[in-house]
Amino acid sequence: MRFLQPTTWAEALEARATHPDAVAIAGGTDVMVGINFGRLRPPLLLDLTRVGELQEWSVDGGDVRLGAGVPYARVITELGDRLPGLAMASRTIGSPQIRNRGTVGGNLATASPAGDAHPALLAADAEVEVASVRGTRRIPVTDFYTGVKRSALAPDELIAAVRIRPPAGPQQYSKIGTRNAMVIAVAAFGLALHPDRGVVGTGIGSAAPTPRRATAAEEFAAEELSGLWESRGELPAATAVRFGELVATAAAPIDDVRGTAAYRVHALSVMARRALTWAWAEYRTAKES
Amino acid sequence: MSAPARTPAGAPGSLTGPGSGGVGDDAARPDGTLKVRGEFAYGSDLWMEDMLWGVTLRSPHPYARIRSIDVGPALAVPGVKAVLTSDDVPGEKVYGLELADQPVLAVDVVRYQGEPVALVAADHPETARAAAARIVVDYEVWEPVTDAITALGHPHWNQVHDGTARVTELSRESAHLHPEGNLVRHLKVRTGDPAPTADVVVVNTYEVGMQDQAFLGPESGLAVPAEDGGVELYVATQWLHVDQRQICSALSLPPEQVRLTLAGVGGAFGGREDLSMHVHACLLALRTGKPVKMSYNREESFFGHVHRHPATMRYEHGATRDGDLVYVKAEIYFDGGAYASSTPAVVGNGGTMGIGPYVVPNVHVDCYGAYTNNPPCGAMRGFGSVQTAFAYESQMDALAAELGMDPVELRCRNAMEQGSKAITGQVIDSPAPVVELLRRLEAMPLPGAAPDDLRHMPGGVSNTTHGEGVRRGIGYAVSYKNVAFSEGFDDYSTARVRLEVVGGEPTVTVHTAAAEVGQGLVTVEQQIARTELGVDRVVVAPKDTQVGSAGSTSASRQTYVTGGAVKAACEAVRGRVLERAAATTGRPVGELRLFDGAVVADGLELPLAELLGDDAVEETLEWRHRPTEAIDPETGQGFAHVQYAFSAHRAVVDVDTELGLVKVVEMACTQDVGKAINPQAVVGQIQGGTAQGLGLAVMEEILIKDGRVQNPSFTDYLIPTILDMPPMRIEILEYADPHAPYGLRGVGEAPNISSGPAVLAAIRQATGLPLTRVPVRPEHLTGT
Ligand SMILES: Cc1cc2nc3c(=O)[nH]c(=O)nc-3n(C[C@H](O)[C@H](O)[C@H](O)COP(=O)(O)OP(=O)(O)OC[C@H]3O[C@@H](n4cnc5c(N)ncnc54)[C@H](O)[C@@H]3O)c2cc1C
Repeated sequence: MRFLQPTTWAEALEARATHPDAVAIAGGTDVMVGINFGRLRPPLLLDLTRVGELQEWSVDGGDVRLGAGVPYARVITELGDRLPGLAMASRTIGSPQIRNRGTVGGNLATASPAGDAHPALLAADAEVEVASVRGTRRIPVTDFYTGVKRSALAPDELIAAVRIRPPAGPQQYSKIGTRNAMVIAVAAFGLALHPDRGVVGTGIGSAAPTPRRATAAEEFAAEELSGLWESRGELPAATAVRFGELVATAAAPIDDVRGTAAYRVHALSVMARRALTWAWAEYRTAKES
Repeated sequence: MSAPARTPAGAPGSLTGPGSGGVGDDAARPDGTLKVRGEFAYGSDLWMEDMLWGVTLRSPHPYARIRSIDVGPALAVPGVKAVLTSDDVPGEKVYGLELADQPVLAVDVVRYQGEPVALVAADHPETARAAAARIVVDYEVWEPVTDAITALGHPHWNQVHDGTARVTELSRESAHLHPEGNLVRHLKVRTGDPAPTADVVVVNTYEVGMQDQAFLGPESGLAVPAEDGGVELYVATQWLHVDQRQICSALSLPPEQVRLTLAGVGGAFGGREDLSMHVHACLLALRTGKPVKMSYNREESFFGHVHRHPATMRYEHGATRDGDLVYVKAEIYFDGGAYASSTPAVVGNGGTMGIGPYVVPNVHVDCYGAYTNNPPCGAMRGFGSVQTAFAYESQMDALAAELGMDPVELRCRNAMEQGSKAITGQVIDSPAPVVELLRRLEAMPLPGAAPDDLRHMPGGVSNTTHGEGVRRGIGYAVSYKNVAFSEGFDDYSTARVRLEVVGGEPTVTVHTAAAEVGQGLVTVEQQIARTELGVDRVVVAPKDTQVGSAGSTSASRQTYVTGGAVKAACEAVRGRVLERAAATTGRPVGELRLFDGAVVADGLELPLAELLGDDAVEETLEWRHRPTEAIDPETGQGFAHVQYAFSAHRAVVDVDTELGLVKVVEMACTQDVGKAINPQAVVGQIQGGTAQGLGLAVMEEILIKDGRVQNPSFTDYLIPTILDMPPMRIEILEYADPHAPYGLRGVGEAPNISSGPAVLAAIRQATGLPLTRVPVRPEHLTGT
């Protein structure tokens, strides 16, 4: 197995273009598992950890531009205020070792329905910035996931960054696992209030072939809350319940060793109801900005 | 015996360690520093320059006939040195701990998914794996038998109660897994009135899923061919001599030519009692003339060792209105999987201990172990008792509810005490402080409300509740477990103890074959030698077959039995040293003692260095606990067990009742250990055993579908993390057992038995649900 180690973004894109059979590796927490199990035997590894540009985040045109190679541990410690939903999701991922290595870029490229970054990115309306020697493009995260472990990333492209608008309102992330840490999601839910737009963003994980939004629930919430953003009035309990039910209807889960489809649907409705309740309570008490 | 020509890297050395400390002290482990620094060599660290790597081809089917095996394509792979099948096994083709029924390599039929079919040795593990994948095996796939009750042709309980009980014949020719049928053992206990009646009766059916030992160091070893035509095997295992016996039989070699040394063991819990790669590596080494290493990865490990027997149990408890137990009827089915392994002993424990530490005048127990095409099940910490404790303790709670009585009160009312009769008719002839264990638990303060911190909530930092839906529950459970081998087994250990002066310092060397698997026996061996011989410097020699058998590191027995042997050998050495001192000094032996490296008496201090000079005093002897006896096959009566260990737990849990997620808030444990030889190690055993029991209650299960394992990895076979295992309150009682060395009791298993049922009881209290199956899943708690 050969190993390429570009040190600049341009070199990395060049290498990606010239070696279509290479497998990119960032934290390696998915790639090395694949190699260990013999599922993945690439002739060439393209190591991205020396590409400085990928390891940085910045504020760019009002967005946070999070380099694809920034590990979860840094998202938690450095971006807890700017990207609260993603930071909460990051906190649920693996163990300290995995959070030190694993990256949002890797999570996106793997595009597992159970990836924990996805629901948070969906709820926050993130964009994925991808690039190749042909140029750079931005893909709304909603369009990024195309199938089970498949994404809109072209074979010659690499993920440069994700772009996320800093929150105008509270965000929440909840994940079910059958133990209290270090567990793959049985079901997950991300929520972001966008009071500036009068919108509630959602993302569900591990409950459909791809991460997806709960569109009907979003529309319902936008409508129900339209009169409340201004007044910061109380959230009717029935609204939260109905919101939960609608989130659950967006799921298309399966029975597997981690849980039954029925449980996943049930859990989503509870998580969504609670998340909206918490987020709204926080919104009501937050100072007007 | 010829010494190995070369010693591999990673072979064990002698342990001396930093320590001091005798019996009753918190002596430090001699291997502790090495382990903490990552310098301790485990079986997977074994290495020799010119070694080959062995891999195993396993059956993908739970049940199939092998029509043919073509090894040609594998042999053609460059780098491959040997490919072996059952035709290449020179001796007995089957082995087993209690019954020899398991093929070294499949002969004609495979009976479980993962059964070894062929072996490959190559110069690189990748090459060996690639070659194994090229072996062509033509299988005629059969329908597997996957349920113990069905395998025995017994009617299921719903049939029993819906209609006339009728034993049905198995319909398919292939349904008999073994020539003698699918019954491994049926144990009966019959006491008192065969048709008892009672004021209050509770009947329930319980199920326990298949737990894995989940030791962290997968199976590993290195076989080195020797010049005498024999083989040296370095292997992580639990009982070197029982391995040796089975390897000799498969290789057709005498014991002198099959020499075993214990490699570093990363946990065992029963999973290393059966052979794994032992014979395979030896076969490959003898065939190729090269050292051969075999090391399983985690996935293979799930197929490479036996698991805890799943159990289905129907219990009927009858009591008076006042809460006195009148009778217990129990039908217990253990699914032994494809081969017998320890199933007979599991049935023995399950049957004779299966109603718990209670006095019951009328008992009717039928306990069965069956063959199926599920993975073979065998030894795991607390076997037989772990499963039944879920049933009998759940029954005690159900009965208490029915009687409107406090569950602890009901237990105390019916608890055994010294002098009580067990259901085998055996009189409990040492302390049995069941009531005190429970009362002490009750008296411990309860934890307060969970702090406002996600890490203390069900779901942890996954942020699923901020208190919504959370209800607290408290549960109690008590257990007892037979210590050491039972039912007439000749259970002994051998110790060689040598006292000499090395570099001016008196030094004791303790040599036993007792496997150190992490539990701290090496520390105990040092402590006993220090106490008995008054010498601080104690070297623990590598564990190997150059000394006689120590018996198994299982059944909570090594501190008792090997500890007893080391003590006896030390006493013999001391006797000789004191006689010699008596001869030199003219003082009577009775006045002399060994203390701090010298023979001392009133006005006398004779340093050992002076007394012994260049002489060594060495004694080797076998030591046995008092004999037990076989039980009556029709009534289950007899002096079956040498000793009992007692423990009790109180669990406090918070359950998110809406999401079905559980946070165990606190575990409290009381245990009578007779004498804590090393109190710190005792606490470690209680904490570890508690965690393993908690795991079975709420998450640990190998899921099997149609005989196939669904989750052979730590991704989906979940074991508790530090956020799942709460802080503990532990109280240790020390009521000496007059029959045991120092009055000690085996410690390792009891806390593993009472922990899970206490957690289950607490979840039941929090949710109000009956919960008759473990592990409890969120689906059970949410009705999804
Ligand atoms: C023990 C353990 C626990 C885990 N727990 C969780 C969990 O709780 N939640 C969760 O979501 N995941 C979990 N994972 C999975 C994994 O950690 C995450 O998916 C992580 O985000 C992967 O990031 P990485 O940098 O390690 O990716 P890598 O393994 O380096 O790469 C993953 C994939 O992304 C591609 N890739 C990486 N960077 C780029 C890039 N810049 N452009 C294009 N392609 C790229 C690689 O080619 C590969 O296909 C766990 C993994 C392990 C081993």
